[in-house]
Amino acid sequence: MKVSVTVNGTAYERDVEPRTLLAYFLREDLGLTGTHVGCDTSSCGCCVVLLNGDTAVKSCSMFAVQADGREITTIEGMKTGGKLHPMQQAFSDQHGLQCGYCTPGMMATAIAFLKQNPAPSEAEIRDALSGNMCRCTGYNNIVKAVQQAAAELSAAPAEPVAAS
Amino acid sequence: MFPAAFDYIAARSRDEALAALAQHGGDARVLAGGQSLIPAMRLRLAKPAVLVDINRIEDLAYITETDGELRIGACGRDHALEHSEALRSGRYPLLSDVCAVVADPVVRQLGTVVGSLCHNDPAGDWPVAALAARASLVVRGKSGDRTLPIDEFLVDSYTTAVADGEMAIEVRFPTPQARTAGAYVKIERKVGDFATAAAAARVTLAEDGTIAAAGIAIGAAGPNAFRVVEAEKALIGQKPSSAAIAAAANAARGAADPIADTRGTVAYKKEMAGVLVERALRKAFARLGQGEVR
Repeated sequence: MKVSVTVNGTAYERDVEPRTLLAYFLREDLGLTGTHVGCDTSSCGCCVVLLNGDTAVKSCSMFAVQADGREITTIEGMKTGGKLHPMQQAFSDQHGLQCGYCTPGMMATAIAFLKQNPAPSEAEIRDALSGNMCRCTGYNNIVKAVQQAAAELSAAPAEPVAAS
Repeated sequence: MFPAAFDYIAARSRDEALAALAQHGGDARVLAGGQSLIPAMRLRLAKPAVLVDINRIEDLAYITETDGELRIGACGRDHALEHSEALRSGRYPLLSDVCAVVADPVVRQLGTVVGSLCHNDPAGDWPVAALAARASLVVRGKSGDRTLPIDEFLVDSYTTAVADGEMAIEVRFPTPQARTAGAYVKIERKVGDFATAAAAARVTLAEDGTIAAAGIAIGAAGPNAFRVVEAEKALIGQKPSSAAIAAAANAARGAADPIADTRGTVAYKKEMAGVLVERALRKAFARLGQGEVR
């Protein structure tokens, strides 16, 4: 079955079986292996990607055919112009990763969350990330990274501010 | 872990979805949020030959208050409900409690209320809340719509009254009237795990302060969530008191019929059913400004 999907700004058309899960479509059909698969049953959050730029979804629990006509953003599409996304920079600055396996999903979840809640409390960040498992960091540095990214993203307006 | 092969139909309207369901009968399943169905398919616990995807039917994601009811379409998602005007107003505390604890925040982006009710997992959150709130479901088939009280809709583990060729299109929660409040509480080992035990409570006080109506339901305590009618009877006509709460909690302890698993023994889960009914009732009474019930 034909699927047309835009991933990280590039339009792709592929023929897939309906049972192909989005995570495997990204990894095996498109070669975008930055999206990881952990538990395979929507529990761990490793596979989270952005749907239409603002919705975090677990790509192991969605079929590729469901993404037909939609936009997907994976970890490979987060940096712009050779510059890390503020979330990526914050994870680096705050040592928010060790093995890195959960990191793409953590960042996708955190980016979508900050779009809904640009100035969250620490408790809200921890709640927002509660569906993403990390077995290395103990989460504290991940929370610090999201706090740093929140500060930077809210300090940098998305659109140019008119001169007064 | 890959699902068994299936044919995929992306319905564009309710009629298209119903036509596909009528054509394929018991071989077809509706795909809404997919957050329970897709993992079940991956584990080969579900092997539908045909999936009818209703996510592209635009007018099924509504969340509206009409005629004294909150009506949620088959594609109304947990996240959208949590952030809906109706819930943000604070008038549906029982539903707000549920929205905060279903699975995890990412799953709630896609997961739907009606889908959870149709899945009817013995440890699911929405069946428990819907029973306590006296919700009803609109089921559409070839011969039109029928509206079923939630008690009739939930039949057995993973089984509902939706027949082959039919589709649940809407759930309706009565808008809480004056002096009504509710609460939902559960115990889980970690975020996203199936509940070890769960309870929902809804109470309405009469003008004289006695309990005029009550809804008590428990989950993870039998083949599917169920109302503890004895607990409701123990409350009605009483003033909120520790004795009345204890009577309701004891009825839940007695009615709970859980299975032992890695989450706990039968004795532990029965005890927790009682503990959670008490907690839910105390939370509901507190929301009614009753202070600490003694």
